[in-house]
Amino acid sequence: MNEQQKAYVLRSVEERGVRLIRLWFTDVLGNLKSMAISPPELDNALSDGLTFDGSSIDGFSRVQESDVLAIPDPDTFELLPWADPGAPEARIFCDIHHFDGTAFEGDPRQVLRRHVKAAHDAGLTFYVSPDVEYFYFEPLTPGAEPVPFDDGGFFDHTTNDVTGELRKKTIRTLETMGIPVEFSFHEDAPGQQEIDLRHTDALTMADSMMTLRLAVREIAARNGVHATFMPKPLEGLQGSGMHLHMSLFRGDENAFYDENDGYNLSDTAKSFMAGLLHHAAEITAVTNQTVNSYKRLVPNFEAPVHISWARDNRSGLIRVPIAKRGNPLATRIEYRSADPACNPYLAFSLILAAGMRGVEEGYELPEEADANLFEIDDDVLAKLGINQLPQSLNDALIIMERSELVQGALGEHIFEWFVRNKRHEWRAYKTQVTPFERDRYLRSL
Amino acid sequence: MSDSTRQIAVVPDPASPELARTLDLAGYSWKAVGTTEAAAEAEPVGGWAGVIVNATDDLDGAWSFLRTVRKQNTVPTPALILVAGNQLAELEHRDDLFDDFCLSPFHPTELEARLRHLLSAEAEVQSADVVEYGSLALNLETYQASISGRSLDMTYMEYELLKFLAQNPGKVFTREILLSRVWGYEYYGGARTVDVHVRRLRAKLGEEHANLIQTVRSVGYRFGQSRWDS
Repeated sequence: MNEQQKAYVLRSVEERGVRLIRLWFTDVLGNLKSMAISPPELDNALSDGLTFDGSSIDGFSRVQESDVLAIPDPDTFELLPWADPGAPEARIFCDIHHFDGTAFEGDPRQVLRRHVKAAHDAGLTFYVSPDVEYFYFEPLTPGAEPVPFDDGGFFDHTTNDVTGELRKKTIRTLETMGIPVEFSFHEDAPGQQEIDLRHTDALTMADSMMTLRLAVREIAARNGVHATFMPKPLEGLQGSGMHLHMSLFRGDENAFYDENDGYNLSDTAKSFMAGLLHHAAEITAVTNQTVNSYKRLVPNFEAPVHISWARDNRSGLIRVPIAKRGNPLATRIEYRSADPACNPYLAFSLILAAGMRGVEEGYELPEEADANLFEIDDDVLAKLGINQLPQSLNDALIIMERSELVQGALGEHIFEWFVRNKRHEWRAYKTQVTPFERDRYLRSL
Repeated sequence: MSDSTRQIAVVPDPASPELARTLDLAGYSWKAVGTTEAAAEAEPVGGWAGVIVNATDDLDGAWSFLRTVRKQNTVPTPALILVAGNQLAELEHRDDLFDDFCLSPFHPTELEARLRHLLSAEAEVQSADVVEYGSLALNLETYQASISGRSLDMTYMEYELLKFLAQNPGKVFTREILLSRVWGYEYYGGARTVDVHVRRLRAKLGEEHANLIQTVRSVGYRFGQSRWDS
C-alpha cells in the first residue's frame, strides 16, 4: 500500500477526531457488511488487514477454511455525514483476501476488480452512470398494505414537498461524500423517486451504489420514513429499476463513438451491445436477483421485456440515447433491465464480461427494433429473432446455470453459492399458497 | 506574499490611538473589528495576516474572541495579545489561544519588533506547510483542508489533486499532465479520471466555491482566476 495514502488516512482520523472507523464490504447478495474498529487499531488494519470468520457471512467461506482477511482500500476513506458530530465516524471499503495475499473468490468487489483489470489490459476503462429509482413509504405496520409517502407523479413539485426535502438532503449527503448527482426528480408512481448519478469507473460506482442505498435509507429513517429499493413494491404501478448508462474509454477517447456512423456508434459499441444482447438472459438472475424483480419486467411499465435494442425506444432492453450536441464523450448505451436491489459489483462484472465477449469475438449486432414491442405479439417477435427476458427467477436461474460465460465471470465459488441460494429462495416462494389462488379457485373448484 | 500588503485585524473597534499610530507608522495595513462576525465579514481574500487583541479593558471578551477565531480556522491566524501588568497571571494555560503578547502600555518599538517576528515566522510556516487561496486553506503537514473555515473531507486523491491545483493557481493543465503529476503513471483510470475527481471536488467545495476549479474548454482545468483577467 502507498505509505502516503496510509498516512493521509491516519492523520485525518486524528485531526478530525474520528472515534469509529467502519470497515465495509459486501456479501454475495449485495448486502453491506461492516466491522467497526477504534482509531488505535487502524494503523495495523491498514498494513496487515483484519482477520474475521468468513463463514459468518452469506456466500463466503465454508466452515473448514473460514478465516479471511479484510484489507482496507485507503482511497475510499470518507467521513460519514450522518454520524453524531460529537463522535465522528468514517468508512473504508475493504477487499477480502486469503492469508497468502491472493484475492478471496467469495468477495464481489474482487470479482469486479478482476473484470476492470481485464478491460484495462485491453486498454479500456468501463464507465457507468446509473439512474436509481426507489420508493418512500409511511413507516411500515406489519400485515398492513404499505402506504406511499406522497401521492405525487412524474416530475411533480408539490407545495408540501416532504419527499422533495428528503431527496434534497440525500443528494447533499451524497455530494459531500464525493458521489456527484446529475439530477433527481419525483418519478411516475406515488412515493417514487429517482436519483441519477454522474458516471465514474465501474468499481467506484459499485462502491457509490452501496453508499447510496445506505444513505437513502439512513436519511429516510431519521425522518420517520421507510425507503425501499424493492423492485416492484406496488402492483399496478411502475417498479424501481436501475438503468445503467455505459461507455468504454480508450484513454481520452470514447471507444463507443464513431463520427462516420449514422448513430455515431463505433464497431466496439456495436459488438459490445451484441455481446450484451446475446448473453442478456444468462446474466439476468444477477442483474434481477429477487423473486419480486420479475414482477417489474412486465409490459407497459417502462421496464424492458424483450431482448432488443433501439435508438430511442424505451420498450427495448438497450437504448442508445441521443448524445447532447452530438458530443463524442456523451455517446453511450443504456441497459434497462437491472434493478437497484442487485449486487452492483456482480451486476457490473457480468455486464462488462458479456459486452467484452461481444467485442473480443466480434459479435454481429442484430437489427434495431424501433417499434413499440409491447404492441406486437410474442410469436411475431420470436420470428423476428426477438426473445423475451426470463419471466421468473426460476427461468433466469435455469438459463444462468447453463452459462459458461457467467460461470467463468463470477468464478466457481460465487456461481455455485448464488445458484444454490437463489434456488432456495425460489422454492420458498413456490410452496406458498397465495391470496390470488384462493380468490380464484377456492369457490369455483 | 509580502506581509506588509496583507491586512491585520485589530480588536476592539475602535483601536486605541497609540496602537493605531504605531501600526500606521510601521506601515502595516490594518482594520479595527469589534466582533468575530465583523472580523469574518471584513476578512480579506487570503485571510488576515494576523490579529492584535487589546485585552486591557475586556480580558474575558479577548479570550472568547480568540477562542472562536481559533476554532473556526484550521490554519490559525497569528495572534498577539496586549495585556496590562496585573493581567499577566491570566496568560497561564492559555498558550493555545495566542502566539505572542506585549505589556500595555507598550513601547512602540517593542510592539513593532514583536509583530515583525510574529508575521515573518508565520510567513515561513506558510510557505512550507500551508497553501492558501482565497478562503481555501490546505495544511500540507496535517493533510487537512478547509474552505471559509469549514473542514473539507476528501479522499487522498481528491486532496492531492486540489493541492496540486492550489499550488499552481491561474495555470491551465491538461488532463494528461494532471494525471501524470497527481496520480503518477501507474494509474490506469484514463484521463477521464481527472474529470470524475474534479466533479467530486466541486461537489465537496460546495456550490459557492465550485467555480474555483474552472474548465477550460478542450484544454483542461485551471484553478482560480487566470492571471490575465483579474
